Amino acid sequence: MTDLASPAGTASTPAISRPGLLFAALGFVGLVVPLVQFKANRIVLGEGVLLPGALGAAGWLLAAAFAVGLLAGISARLDYRLRLLIGCAGVVAALLALGATAQALTPPDNNMARVAPATGFWLLMLAFALMATDALSRMHLSLAQRWLMLAGAGVVIGAILWSGWLDGVSVMREYAARKDLFWREAWRHLILAFGSLGAALVVGLPIGIGIYQSPRLRRPVLGVLNILQTIPSLALFGIMIPIFGWIAANVPGAASAGIAGIGIFPALVALFLYSLLPVVSNTLVGLNGVSPAARDAAFGLGMTEAQVLRGVLLPLALPVIIAAVRIVLVQNIGLAVIAGLIGGGGFGTFVFQGLNQTAMDLVLLGALPTIALALIAGIALDLLVEALDRHKPERTEA
Amino acid sequence: MIARLLLGLAALFLVAFLLSPDSFAWLFRPLTSNNAPAIYTQTSLLSLTLSHLGLVALAVIASTIVAVGLGILVTRPAGREFLPLARTITSVGQTFPPVAVLALAVPVMGFGAGPTLVALFLYGLLPIFENTLTGLTSQPPDVTEAARGMGLTRRQRLWQVELPLALPLILAGIRLSAVISLATATIGSTVAAKTLGEVIIAGLLSSNTAFVAQGGLVVGLLAILIYEGFQALESRGARRMGTAGR
Repeated sequence: MTDLASPAGTASTPAISRPGLLFAALGFVGLVVPLVQFKANRIVLGEGVLLPGALGAAGWLLAAAFAVGLLAGISARLDYRLRLLIGCAGVVAALLALGATAQALTPPDNNMARVAPATGFWLLMLAFALMATDALSRMHLSLAQRWLMLAGAGVVIGAILWSGWLDGVSVMREYAARKDLFWREAWRHLILAFGSLGAALVVGLPIGIGIYQSPRLRRPVLGVLNILQTIPSLALFGIMIPIFGWIAANVPGAASAGIAGIGIFPALVALFLYSLLPVVSNTLVGLNGVSPAARDAAFGLGMTEAQVLRGVLLPLALPVIIAAVRIVLVQNIGLAVIAGLIGGGGFGTFVFQGLNQTAMDLVLLGALPTIALALIAGIALDLLVEALDRHKPERTEA
Repeated sequence: MIARLLLGLAALFLVAFLLSPDSFAWLFRPLTSNNAPAIYTQTSLLSLTLSHLGLVALAVIASTIVAVGLGILVTRPAGREFLPLARTITSVGQTFPPVAVLALAVPVMGFGAGPTLVALFLYGLLPIFENTLTGLTSQPPDVTEAARGMGLTRRQRLWQVELPLALPLILAGIRLSAVISLATATIGSTVAAKTLGEVIIAGLLSSNTAFVAQGGLVVGLLAILIYEGFQALESRGARRMGTAGR
């Protein structure tokens, strides 16, 4: 909104950006603690290696460049665009530095040794990512510009991964060892997240419309869904297994219809149940938010109940419904990890396998794509909601 | 009324079951096969529940203190510079899956209660912080104006006007964070924290549905009771503010 730069207390030190100071502090700690961990194999504890320790003179140079970028961020006079540029460049440079140290530290004929990102790397990433985020949150970019930023970030990170520069890093080594499995589980994860979302929309939208039309049903329906949402995920996932196992064994035709107590099915149903509440309640909120004037006008035009619903109410409620899609999708991408624990597949398979073997690189192989997926889904749908909201300036939020 | 009665019965059942699980064995017997035990006895359910609740309480108290503190900080003149950043971090941070946060805490903390506590704390911060921010920044201007007009100092305004007004929202944040923590703590047993997840996972590993059901039942009931308890507190707080404001 308005820039409340320094109405009172901060007037004495206008030259220093306090957030910049925080980022610099984080980044400098990142520079003096080990950037990577060198491990003789994937399970043992490693020893930390600093940037200069791995790359020699080039490492010193790179560390100096990081330091200059961080120091530049402290100045409050720095333009936001420049700040954003430094932040993005810092993130990319940290990724490239990680790849370079991995290449330099891994002996050429050694398949066992691992170079894993350590605290230093994560802190550098955090410092520069925060710097970029801070700049972005003050720049008031247009929607199109923000879509471009999202796409650009995806392309750059994708290109770095695809180029093979990071192939020496432990996580990518784990990936290389199980490439096919990784993509199969990725696909599974997407099916879990999107499949349950789709089912929730198919079932939840009619329920939402139904309780909009008959208010007496609102309390009981929302109450039941609320309780479902409150049940901890592991419990719900666990309870689905025996229920569907029993159905598959005792209901004729169920097993041949694909219902089973093991595999993806119980996980899918559990996620579906979690998704219902946001879809139903947001449909209701969205429909309730439509101004009575618009509704009456539509009826006045001689439209039937169904036509009003399809032509007026639902389109006007759409932004709120898409907001539900965002909540559900982000939530399900995260919860789908737990499917890995009950044999439902997805990235959780790697997370829990890694935890069992105390192979942290494997945990990362499951956790990082999940986080990336949730982030992309969250940001993209936020932008979509905003775009839809902007199309309908006359809508009033409750 | 009926809802309150049901909640009371649920609480009663929970306490009875935890104090004497064996007297409920008949309830879970039909879920077992091959003469498997109907009640989890490796560790007493009561001690698991207490340690589960302890973890959640510790984490939620810590996140409440830090999150409300930070929320106050970034809404004061001295911290305003951090406000846009803080907003972005909370909205982005909440897209991070709790399970991933838990898994990522393990390399740093090792196995045990530590990573679970850290993950619960970190993840619990966000809803509380977000709600504190909303509560402190969306106050009716005439009320703050009146407080200023009465000659209250900044500190007095914060303690006597702004925080009480924001309280229902802050409580809603704590409720959200407590419910999420309760669920995440269940998964904490995969990294060797002593929680009720142990019962569910033992059931999954030995295909003993009775274990899964009783673990799920206890966690589910706890979650619902905590949720409803906080909601009652919130509406009481909101009612008080409503009458006090008028």
